[in-house]
Amino acid sequence: MAGKKIIRVETPLTEDAARALRVGDSVLINGIVLTARDKVHKHLVNKRPNPGDIPFELAGAVLYHAGPLMKEEDGKLEVVAAGPTTSQRMQMYEPFVIRHYGIRGIIGKGGMTGDVIQAMQEAGAVYFHAIGGAGALLAGKIKKIEGVWMLEEFGRAEAMWAFRVEDFPAVVTIDTTGASLHDQVEKLSQKRLEGLLST
Amino acid sequence: MLKLQDGIKEIIRKTATSLPRDVEAALVRAYEGEADGSPAKEVLASMLENVSIAKSSSKPLCQDSGTPIFYARVPRGLSFPVIEKSIIEGVRLATGSVPLRPNAVDVLTDKNSGDNTGIGFPEIYFEQSEEDTLVIDLSLKGAGSENAGTFYKLPDERLKAERDLEGVRKCVLDAVYSIQGRACPPYTVGVGIAGTRIAAAALSRKALMSKLTDEPGDDRIRELEKKLLAQINELGIGAMGLGGSCTALGVKIKHAHRHTGSYFVDISIACWANRRSRLIW
Repeated sequence: MAGKKIIRVETPLTEDAARALRVGDSVLINGIVLTARDKVHKHLVNKRPNPGDIPFELAGAVLYHAGPLMKEEDGKLEVVAAGPTTSQRMQMYEPFVIRHYGIRGIIGKGGMTGDVIQAMQEAGAVYFHAIGGAGALLAGKIKKIEGVWMLEEFGRAEAMWAFRVEDFPAVVTIDTTGASLHDQVEKLSQKRLEGLLST
Repeated sequence: MLKLQDGIKEIIRKTATSLPRDVEAALVRAYEGEADGSPAKEVLASMLENVSIAKSSSKPLCQDSGTPIFYARVPRGLSFPVIEKSIIEGVRLATGSVPLRPNAVDVLTDKNSGDNTGIGFPEIYFEQSEEDTLVIDLSLKGAGSENAGTFYKLPDERLKAERDLEGVRKCVLDAVYSIQGRACPPYTVGVGIAGTRIAAAALSRKALMSKLTDEPGDDRIRELEKKLLAQINELGIGAMGLGGSCTALGVKIKHAHRHTGSYFVDISIACWANRRSRLIW
């Protein structure tokens, strides 16, 4: 990856733009991202709200697996820390969410597997890996809170926030060809584990 | 005189917004050890940048400000319930002032209490001490890494792990391999060996409170810790699981006598931001 150029990604993503990205691409994401974690995913799958009942456009959207830490001062909300959460918890919901709502990108950490990779391949969506724990750094890339959905029901950490981000850094680790950096690292580590267990 | 609850509030702020010196130094060494231009090096650089932003702006390092876990060693004459009250009040105050993310959810109603307090939340463990001062150790334990914890019952046929330290070694390697990059590596790996599940789990998490520079008293444990650290790093999982030569910053092992019939190995994982502090009162 040395000397590799950094790709600017604009949201909402078109299918062509998503399909042009490859595992290992470093990207800077610009535009709106929608936070969605455990409760939003459970709700989208079990209650199946119509896109019209959701205040944001999900078709072409980039979802951000994150539960931000917010602060309210003088009636104004500020994002204090907002790094990615572990995507695996959304694994059982994500294939439906990608296909049904037309999601084009997921920002998270730790990667996703099997059915999600297949849904991404078919529907044309990619996985952007962000740096876990870098909450203060990534909050600085969020320039504006554009809106929120399900705040009363789910609370600040679990609501769907629409954040306007500028140059939000991430690496593509699952692309639309079915390639996954997580699979590659796992296979390599499996080989090494086998060696270490047999000694 | 400063109230204990204000001391608690301050130690929470410090723990949420900065890293222990030994952890930061280990991250710097990890950064220096990765190849220029590799994803692992870029990731470690961003982690260190995040540490510096959090410290200078006094903002939490991570949006998951964790489950607050307190280990209090209480001198004779001080009452546990009084200290417990101060700790809970300190957590409540810190949730608003630091701020912390409200993380305490009622299991029956699924409602968030909003102030990081509730049934058994924060977690507080008391121990009577013979010292003159009250010593309170705090860990802010993120959920991503807590979810990565696991345990083994030896013997384990799948791993061909027998009831000995060699069997323990196999369990720890298997555990880290299974987690891959999901719990924000480079990890600190806590290992507890004991005869009951509870004892092993308590030890493995207590192990995460040790400094990375602490040396165990027993040579066999010291060697196993060293060997495991080297072998975990050979797995190649790397920072954030994107591949690389540093998957763990340290391995810490604690053990207790076990029942003849039982041999539990519990593994607790701390993410790269192993946030812990000590308050001496």
